[in-house]
Amino acid sequence: MTETRHEIALTVNGIRHRRPTVARRTLSDFLRHDLGLVGTHVGCEHGVCGACTVLLDGEPVRSCLIFAVSVDGRSVTTVEGLADGEELSPVQRAFGECHALQCGFCTPGFLTTITAALADDPDPTRADAVDMIAGNLCRCTGYHNIVDAVLRAAELIRERS
Amino acid sequence: MATRYVGAPIRRVEDRRLVTGNGRYTDDIGVGTAALEAAFVRSPHAHARIRDIDVTGALDVEGVLAIYTYEDLEGAAAEPLPILIPHPALHAGRTAYALANGVVHHVGEAIAMVVAENRYLAEDAATQIVVEYEILPAVVGLDAARAAVHSVHDDVPDNVAAHLVQQVGDVDRAMRDVPHTLEFDLQISRSCSMPLEGKAVHARWDPDDRSLRVYSSTQTATSVRAAIAAKLGLPLPKVEVIAPDVGGGFGVKIMHPWPEEILVPMAAIRLQRPVKWTEDRREHFISSSHERGQQQHISVGFDDDGRILALDVTFWHDNGAYTPYGIICPIVTSTQLLGPYKPGAYRVEFRSLYTTTVIVTPYRGAGRPQGVFAMERTMDRIAQTLGLDRTVVRATNLIQPDEFPYDQGLIFQDGRPLIYDSGDYPAQLEMIKELVGWDGFAAHQAAAAAQGRLLGIGIGCYVEGTGPGPYEGAHVQVLTDGSVEVAIGLTSQGQGHQTVFAQIVADELGVPFERVRVTTGDTRRFGYAVGTFASRAAVMSGSAVALAARAVKAKALKVAADALEASEADLEIVDGVVAVRGNPTASIELGQAAVLSNPLRYAFDEAAKAATQFARPADPDRPPVPEGAAPGLESRDYYSPPRCTFASGMHAAIVEIDPDTSEITIEKYCVVHDCGTLINPMIVRGQVHGGVAQGIAGALYETLDYDEDGQLRNASFMDFLMPYVTELPARIELGHQQTPSPLNPLGIKGAGEAGVIPVSAVIAAAVEDATGIRIDRMPLSPSDLFHLRREGETK
Repeated sequence: MTETRHEIALTVNGIRHRRPTVARRTLSDFLRHDLGLVGTHVGCEHGVCGACTVLLDGEPVRSCLIFAVSVDGRSVTTVEGLADGEELSPVQRAFGECHALQCGFCTPGFLTTITAALADDPDPTRADAVDMIAGNLCRCTGYHNIVDAVLRAAELIRERS
Repeated sequence: MATRYVGAPIRRVEDRRLVTGNGRYTDDIGVGTAALEAAFVRSPHAHARIRDIDVTGALDVEGVLAIYTYEDLEGAAAEPLPILIPHPALHAGRTAYALANGVVHHVGEAIAMVVAENRYLAEDAATQIVVEYEILPAVVGLDAARAAVHSVHDDVPDNVAAHLVQQVGDVDRAMRDVPHTLEFDLQISRSCSMPLEGKAVHARWDPDDRSLRVYSSTQTATSVRAAIAAKLGLPLPKVEVIAPDVGGGFGVKIMHPWPEEILVPMAAIRLQRPVKWTEDRREHFISSSHERGQQQHISVGFDDDGRILALDVTFWHDNGAYTPYGIICPIVTSTQLLGPYKPGAYRVEFRSLYTTTVIVTPYRGAGRPQGVFAMERTMDRIAQTLGLDRTVVRATNLIQPDEFPYDQGLIFQDGRPLIYDSGDYPAQLEMIKELVGWDGFAAHQAAAAAQGRLLGIGIGCYVEGTGPGPYEGAHVQVLTDGSVEVAIGLTSQGQGHQTVFAQIVADELGVPFERVRVTTGDTRRFGYAVGTFASRAAVMSGSAVALAARAVKAKALKVAADALEASEADLEIVDGVVAVRGNPTASIELGQAAVLSNPLRYAFDEAAKAATQFARPADPDRPPVPEGAAPGLESRDYYSPPRCTFASGMHAAIVEIDPDTSEITIEKYCVVHDCGTLINPMIVRGQVHGGVAQGIAGALYETLDYDEDGQLRNASFMDFLMPYVTELPARIELGHQQTPSPLNPLGIKGAGEAGVIPVSAVIAAAVEDATGIRIDRMPLSPSDLFHLRREGETK
């Protein structure tokens, strides 16, 4: 039996896409394998690790727990959409400066999560920075440098504005 | 003076692609090329005989192209998987088949592979495969394995895979003559590497060329290549394996070949289509590998100063269902247990035992955390028995700086003598005491106690054999544009190899760092290598790239000397330009030297055109390429050390225990370590941070919870408590000591595993100090501690 396909339209990183997809296709698989945006990583497929975090209308969500058909008409930002052309975003820059990544697999989820969090709170304390990343797993860094990167990113955003 | 890169905290060249979503991990390869996808039927039982496999329902599922069971395997692929590292003591080594052949020995063992148009359909079909099992008794945990009421393998009735004894001096006699003895038992539970990217394999067969390209998320591309060639009957040159970006390894990905690394390429060849498989998280829990599980019995004899005169250790190591990686972990435990100390007589005996659980292969530390736990708990007990400060007892037993090279009299995991190359342990002890505030702590503790707070301090010391051989190599090539291409065979899983090896080459060759590009783990570029494990990459490949770069430099100087009509001794290379020292006008760019190094020089590019000015008329009586020379400004070199280097370190922590809930909070965590020459202190610091985090995870949170039927009850991130940022101390205080290794050209010792090794010992000691409750097993959860304290009260 052939699965029913549903036509969905969504905006990803500012580009409008219209695609047929099956109802059970996760947003993470849709982004990665249908749109070729493989920067979004899938670490656990049960919503715990946060590697697959993307921004849905600006809010961080776990794309492994969302069906692509359920975001019809909405706007998604992935890690590929964070930089402004060749210019890295403040959070991306801060990750490099603070050595906040090693293998890089969890990194896209941290970057999207922190980008959204700093939009809400541009002047976090260290404790706030810890809270911002407290739902994402990293196996390489021990998190210390990621907390530093949150604070550094906030600094860069302030410098820019 | 040109910039020196080695020793500087150079930013990583990897980062830009990784923060922009342009990394390429195995599951990202060939997106849009319609690779077929595989899914596996895995055993739901820990031990069972397979009566029948019925695939008829699955074959009807839309989009299914093939289903493979053991019956479909041919030739070497149908034989048991290899034992990678045989050892005479491994008298009953057993390995799995790529797909189960009649019997399964752990939950998660692969039974059938489905290949379909996509993963969803492959999983649909897998659910339609009906396997009929005859359930056999499970053997879970070391108690059951040792009791051997049931056996894991029919032909190994006592469940003992390996038995090894090593002895230095006469322990029995020494034990009789000492004034004090102690005897006690310790236990460490299972844990595992758990990288955020699981395993993954992507294979493409080229029917025209009859060649195979495989991408694998592995710590060893070269050995996976050799395994695939052997198992699939292909000539080695027709197989290429690439480890692209790898999302963490921590040991689990040095194990190879995984069944999927054989089966996915096999399917690609048979179906003549690209095939891929990406492990999901549950699969990783139940079909990759674990480590750490040991029981230990310790007898120690010592004098009034706490000097160990006799140490007798017996331990039992849970190796899971099979022994494909040999007995590296228990050998490491048995030898590295000695740490920075020199006990009088030492005897160690271990048995490596089968259980019906996931296989056990090295996880960061690879047997050392268990050995250090044994030794450091021993030091603490001696101190307690004699009423001495714990650091005083350690100081009494340390190897002194003037005793190097120090021969422990044992055979190490690489089959070579356990001889420490260099170190200064007494100075290290002073550094860690200073860093953590050891001497002032008692007063602090008493003051806190007066307020009803429970504080404790602990210390743990280790020595880590790093950089085992047999070799690593490197290829360094100067291109005609003056940029430098470096290829090494070993892989990278986040250690920043593209950065650190470029730092070394830039220094050795005298070129700007930005002009050096490093390729890792690609057998197309470098065919002979061992792999990234055992804190060996910096030592081994670092040395190899230095040697290869030096050879290229020598060649460049020779070419330049000829072109400039100068003596090689008068030349230097600065910023990519070879010039006569003191006369910068007499110079030639490295790229031009690269052109001149090749007698066939069509002027394809500007460098070639420019180089013609230096070209001197060839001697018609000599061959254009002199004997012993080779065209091209490139060199391939290998580094093969006589034995391991030995990094070392000491950690100390202050913990606070909640008197009501027994929650354990790490107030302060300090590390002093010696990995010899630091190539990039930023990256070393990152390695230590990550290692300590995994150490704390193993000490307080992570365990693998098997029930008596062999079901892994916490096989998800919901239940396996990998720490978030909130579970780790706010900062780690770090002190570097550098005693360069005399064994390699740069004095490097390796830093990858250091952070994780002593953490369980440190936390146990600190909790014991805070509560007065003896801690003899790890990990330790708040509820474990709560119950231990309650038992303590009722005694």
